[in-house]
Amino acid sequence: MPTVTIDGVEIEVPAGVTALQACEMAGVEIPRFCYHERLSVAGNCRMCLVEVSPGPPKPAASCALPVADGMEIKTDSEMVKKARNGVMEFLLINHPLDCPICDQGGECDLQDQAMAYGRDGSRFEEHKRAVKDKHMGPLVKTIMTRCIHCTRCVRFATEIAGVPELGLLGRGEHAEITTYLEKSLDSELSANVIDLCPVGALTSKPYAFVSRPWELSKTESIDVLDAVGASIRVDARQTEVLRILPRLHEDVNEEWLADKSRYACDALSRQRLDRPYVRKDGKLAEASWDEAFAAIADKMKGLDGSRIAAVAGDLCDAESMFALKSLMDSVGSPNMDCRQDGAKLPAGPRAAYLMNSSIAGLETADAVLLIGTNPRWEAPLVNTRLRKAWLQGGATIAAVGPQIDLTYPCENLGAGPDTLKAIADGTHPFAETLKNAERPVVIVGMGALARADGDAVLAAARALADNCNIVRDDWNGFNVLHTAAARVGGLDLGFVPGVDGRDVAGIIAGAGAGDIELVYLLGADEIDTAALGDAFVVYQGHHGDAGAHRADVILPGAAYTEKNGTYVNTEGRVQLARQAVQPPGEAREDWTIIRALSGVIGANLDYVTLGDVRAALAAANPVFEQVDQVAPASWDAFGTAGDMDAAAFESPIGNYYMTDAISRASETMAECTREFVSGNGERTGTDG
Amino acid sequence: MLQDKDRIFQNLYGQDDWGLEGAKRRGIWDNTKALIERGRETLVNEMKESGLRGRGGAGFPTGVKWSFMPPEERRDGRPHYLVVNADESEPGTCKDREILRYDPHTLVEGCLVAGFAMGANAAYIYVRGEFYSEASHLQQAIDEAYEAGLIGPNACNSGWDFDVYLHRGAGAYICGEETALLESLEGKKGQPRLKPPFPAACGLYGCPTTVNNVETIAVAPTILRRGPSWFAGFGRENNTGTKIFSISGHVNNPCNVEEEMSIPLKELIEKHAGGVRGGWDNLQAVIPGGSSTPCLSKNICDNVLMDFDSLREHSTGLGTAAVIVIDKSADMVEAIARLSHFYRHESCGQCTPCREGMGWVYRVMKRMVTGDAEIEEIDMLWDVTKQIEGHTICALADGGVWPVQGLIRHFRPELERRILARKTGNAPAQAAE
Repeated sequence: MPTVTIDGVEIEVPAGVTALQACEMAGVEIPRFCYHERLSVAGNCRMCLVEVSPGPPKPAASCALPVADGMEIKTDSEMVKKARNGVMEFLLINHPLDCPICDQGGECDLQDQAMAYGRDGSRFEEHKRAVKDKHMGPLVKTIMTRCIHCTRCVRFATEIAGVPELGLLGRGEHAEITTYLEKSLDSELSANVIDLCPVGALTSKPYAFVSRPWELSKTESIDVLDAVGASIRVDARQTEVLRILPRLHEDVNEEWLADKSRYACDALSRQRLDRPYVRKDGKLAEASWDEAFAAIADKMKGLDGSRIAAVAGDLCDAESMFALKSLMDSVGSPNMDCRQDGAKLPAGPRAAYLMNSSIAGLETADAVLLIGTNPRWEAPLVNTRLRKAWLQGGATIAAVGPQIDLTYPCENLGAGPDTLKAIADGTHPFAETLKNAERPVVIVGMGALARADGDAVLAAARALADNCNIVRDDWNGFNVLHTAAARVGGLDLGFVPGVDGRDVAGIIAGAGAGDIELVYLLGADEIDTAALGDAFVVYQGHHGDAGAHRADVILPGAAYTEKNGTYVNTEGRVQLARQAVQPPGEAREDWTIIRALSGVIGANLDYVTLGDVRAALAAANPVFEQVDQVAPASWDAFGTAGDMDAAAFESPIGNYYMTDAISRASETMAECTREFVSGNGERTGTDG
Repeated sequence: MLQDKDRIFQNLYGQDDWGLEGAKRRGIWDNTKALIERGRETLVNEMKESGLRGRGGAGFPTGVKWSFMPPEERRDGRPHYLVVNADESEPGTCKDREILRYDPHTLVEGCLVAGFAMGANAAYIYVRGEFYSEASHLQQAIDEAYEAGLIGPNACNSGWDFDVYLHRGAGAYICGEETALLESLEGKKGQPRLKPPFPAACGLYGCPTTVNNVETIAVAPTILRRGPSWFAGFGRENNTGTKIFSISGHVNNPCNVEEEMSIPLKELIEKHAGGVRGGWDNLQAVIPGGSSTPCLSKNICDNVLMDFDSLREHSTGLGTAAVIVIDKSADMVEAIARLSHFYRHESCGQCTPCREGMGWVYRVMKRMVTGDAEIEEIDMLWDVTKQIEGHTICALADGGVWPVQGLIRHFRPELERRILARKTGNAPAQAAE
């Protein structure tokens, strides 16, 4: 370990670190614009200059300078002060200094560092440069005159997002950051360039001129729009969520956030169910909570448990599912399912439905087989890990299923179960690749499991894992990639058919045939609601989506930003979402609605506080006690071998930007759909 | 004065055949095999002894540079490359052009010898895009050499395989910076790389690479053939050898000439360039080493020697030894402002000080031409150039501000005079743009 002296203090640092990192370890702040921990080193902003001896008698860029034993670094010398001062002056001469109308104001690196390291006035008397704004799509707003050419966005697009569509064109003071072809940045991670931009050149288009950072209350929470469970910060003003930003979580999302998770938040104040409704004479009419509960109690009176069913949707917190399960148990109904897409996943063992390698573990993979999944759309932040495995570790990646541009080379081995079987049998050459790999990974998506033969596909994937030695003493590369944030939690707490109970297909069929008379939809919108026949449908949820349209009684619930809820992500990590704002109108936190209903129908649930529910949840499955931890799941038997349909695996997501009740209600997501999914066709007068 | 027998470039003026036959007649390709048989280490040591310093401008000792390439016992399987920088774009400099068009075989032979001395089996010659006929001559020379078995597999029967590739640039000055040149050669945008890693560790395509100027490589075979002490016998200590000087500007006979290092500037101009237009006393200033070196006022020009150390003593440099002579008829301020324009235009835009500062300097300089400025702005301009110098990845910014520093150093009274004249309404007539 080399020893370096920083501002007179000796410190031992790991070999290979840069002078900038060494300074950080010593607690010395180094200003920077272009340097970013997760991007390659550009060394072009020149803000991080330090004085180094031995070395030439000029300052050196600390971000790009590897430390050597005995090096002496000065960050407080006259030379360094002058250098920083000079660079800062240069950065500002062509910067418009339009901070009062800039959305970055208040959270701008340039502002902050100008305060700390700049001079009090400018000596620049010439005209400032103006740069034309660029079109980067519906999410990223550009004011390119403010750009300081740090190239963070270029490096992010090229390295992390894998879409080399941004670049620096031109030379000298005419250099401009642009999308080469003046088209939208076609990535599900595009908006991360906004966070990376140290100035106000790239800002959030939907959030433009909405608020100032100091007006916002900031709540740390968890994203639920995919199964990754990214750490987020919810920024709200009074009752309205104005924006969502990523939070650092090395094991889950690093510091990135997918566009849907970031921008569907405008839907949190649109199409909301803010009061109970009861269907009267075929029409939904506003009602009080008492009336709504009475209508349900009426219907339930004397109804046998076997004629009642419940389906939990993709955004449900564990508490509400647990409460509903308890309610169903108490009325004697075994008909419940949290797998509304019909995924054939067992409620145990846990290894059968988790991403066992963990999300961060994917980075270390050297051979990856994707089965019936499009990680780029199902979980963009899982896809970045796979890209990293390819980019940094040279992983071999292949897929059985749809052929998609995943931003890294991925060999398509075949379309469906036949290829899967061949690899499992060892007759396909990729079986050898997996066997010979040190960290082999198989990722099974809902495209392979949410089909009638999902059981058999799961069994075949399990056989593949066993035959190709995917599961080893220190490594379990068998992964299930979920698309729903609620799914793992639902399986963990056993929201699945009880003895002789019906699964989701059985419930729909039963309702259509009249065998099921009451269906309780807990935020379930992605089922065929038209097939529910004459059944009495209770819909509890937060958006007026498919479920609410079919409902006979609507119970207004809270969205994920409005309640304290537990979610379990695809790797089995229990995480707590926190309430940032109050639910609108008369809407309530979901478990309390079920608790209240239980009182009305005379099936009192025995918990009163959130603490009680969580205690009961933990008693039902101790996993729920282990917040933010991933425990290895034991590799027990699962899967029922059977015949597989030869049909090709299809990704369950047809449009990344609209997958759930929230994103379907979002104007921003509609804009993205128009831009990225349905093509840039001419829009007619009746379109939106 | 250098004697004809000691000239390395015998056909600098194109009077003889530039093809293989003529080259052989002039002693090029004479028993090159024997040079290679001396072995890598000997060649590098002899280059060190010769005292040859890089002819591209920075003046780094060539033998030392070659010795940075991993020796045979430390090779890790990566190929080694020799890259020849023929992107000669510095205003005033036109020496490499003459080598390329009239003596291309000196360069091709040099590539083989230098390539062998650094363990490279391939050389890439990056020729300035505007040099069309030069590139064409060079390509013909390469083709001839291949045909004669002088390069290619078992080059000159030496047992060493050697290929030479010619690559034409696209007209960016910055691509003459060695790492920007490598980027450009790789097909990327020509922007200088961060150092370390240096090219000798990680250069072209991530392999050990040495980038040398055309003249540096072209003189190597002759130095080795005639012996390092012959070469070291010219010039002063640490500034040895012969050198092509390009003399342009207000002289009676602008020319390229190969001369001994450390020749007095005055002698160089008077002997070879026919003297300053209107006589020595009509001299206003000299830019001694290509546009990026600071100018010298006449009183220094009277005695200064043309070598690295002597010019450094006067806060300028030998650079590429492109002597730009400026007589008293020229508007000195406008001349330097024009250079500022050039560097502003050629900045790659990567580093903040260069990207933003060059435009600033140029705009202030433009005002200085007409005196539309304040006296204090001269100090501010000086300060801004100091804020740019040494704060960037490559040396373009340094070269861009040195001319301005030279102007302020030697012509401050003229700048002040213009400012005061404008303030008092006695603005002098300006030369037309």
